[in-house]
Amino acid sequence: MAVIRDMIPPFELYQPAEIDDALRLMDQYGDQGWVLAGGLDTFDWFKDRIKRPQAVIDLAAVEEIRGIAAGADGGLEIGAMTSLTDVADHADVQGRYPLLAEAAGLVATPQIRNQGTLGGNIVQDTRCWYYRSGWPCYRAGGNICYAATARSMNREHCIVGASRCVAVNPSDTAPALVALDAEMVVASSSGERTFPAADFFIGPDIDIERMTVLEPGDLLTRIALPAPWEGARWYFEKIRDRKSWDFSLVSVASMLRVEGGAIADARIVVNSIAPFPVRMTAVETAIRGREPNEETGQLAGEIAIEGARALRHNDYKIALTRNLVKRSIRDAA
Amino acid sequence: MLQPEVIQARRGGFTRRKFIKGVVAAGATASAAGYLFRGSGALSPFLTAQGAVERLVTLNVNGQQRRVEVPRQETLAMTLRYQLGLTGTKLGCDRAECGACTLLIDGVTHYGCSILTHTVRGREVTTIEGLERNGEMHPVQQAVLDEGGFQCAFCAPGFVMSMVGMLDRNPNPTREEAAELLAGNLCRCGDYDKILNTAMRAAELSGARA
Repeated sequence: MAVIRDMIPPFELYQPAEIDDALRLMDQYGDQGWVLAGGLDTFDWFKDRIKRPQAVIDLAAVEEIRGIAAGADGGLEIGAMTSLTDVADHADVQGRYPLLAEAAGLVATPQIRNQGTLGGNIVQDTRCWYYRSGWPCYRAGGNICYAATARSMNREHCIVGASRCVAVNPSDTAPALVALDAEMVVASSSGERTFPAADFFIGPDIDIERMTVLEPGDLLTRIALPAPWEGARWYFEKIRDRKSWDFSLVSVASMLRVEGGAIADARIVVNSIAPFPVRMTAVETAIRGREPNEETGQLAGEIAIEGARALRHNDYKIALTRNLVKRSIRDAA
Repeated sequence: MLQPEVIQARRGGFTRRKFIKGVVAAGATASAAGYLFRGSGALSPFLTAQGAVERLVTLNVNGQQRRVEVPRQETLAMTLRYQLGLTGTKLGCDRAECGACTLLIDGVTHYGCSILTHTVRGREVTTIEGLERNGEMHPVQQAVLDEGGFQCAFCAPGFVMSMVGMLDRNPNPTREEAAELLAGNLCRCGDYDKILNTAMRAAELSGARA
């Protein structure tokens, strides 16, 4: 597992200005091509020489998928190449989708938010360090999970949704987008498809080498947000080892529609506890019709952790999930 | 390990001779990967696919147009340090973690170690060398002198650039806001208290100037 950390090995570089050209290049190179957005996930792979694509397709010049505009039916459309800073600072996002503004503003550092894109934050690969260090695990095409053995260091790994692989989804914006019922618009040379955010992320039981539905040749181009619920309450909390500049250990995103003091509808999504953001539908059903108070939160927390199974070093995530789900209902504002 | 063409620091323009030499060296470096002589637009008429990049590029660095030949996989921090001689931009972790390579692209902070040089063609790059105006220091630089803000100061250029970016976003930050806006830079001496003093002084000085 010698990992060489120095100059990036050579590759062919393309900087198309049109989506169609990008898609053509992606088809041409297939799994030998690598799509580059902000690059914050990409360059570690390249510098470690674990991923060595023949061609890199840099999307920096594709203006069509950068920026924020009004969407259909009072919604909002965000180009996948929009920087996280632009998402977090945008007046409409702050005003109408504060959950997303908060989540985007809590990603990493100012420099990374200035360069990292919303699309990249959504489709980023897992941070399991066995996998990212180049160990030939299931996710890398091998036949073992190094994070789930008796001696593994797995404090950051799964408590639900594992299937051979126990890596987690590290994205901060993904749970927010699932909670907001966002739709992911995916382009390929054969046309455009749309996925509800909740179906966009997939677990290792469906495909152990991917985190999302995207296959070679597919490009996430836009994120479409429907009109927000009237007078909705929201909550976002990201727990990490430090107060800033870290990936989440557990994060929660919630949306509550409260009518006459009772919860009429809810979205509760927890991330970094599974290989995909987990929408807690059982919780959503159970809290409908109840007041968003301590008692309901308690009930929700207990339901949220049903079936959760800790690895050797991550049982704290179970208590954390229970408490975060409780707070996300009790303290939503 | 540096590539041969990277080792030759080129501060001025190219002579024809140097240019050819650079191209040959680049071709030789890349030949192992089967890229022989696909290196330069000048020698490579067949690199015409949609969006394929030429290696010889013009960069706008600190208000100057700099012609430079850049391998496709080279990061901006490498180009600035080893081709343009702008060694004020430091390389610490080379992993978008420490912030020593922080610089401005179109006025916004980025990690120079984690962006391809080819990606910033046509954009305005500002390094620590480009902060002073007509011999007068930038308020952030003056604040560093006033507060003695750094111990070993390897992280200083990155912090200074982050402070410039910070003041552009929030000209009058609280100490807590400054800490959050400077969270993308690390100081291994642990000199954060004095660095925040510097940031607050910088806000004062730039407010006075505006």
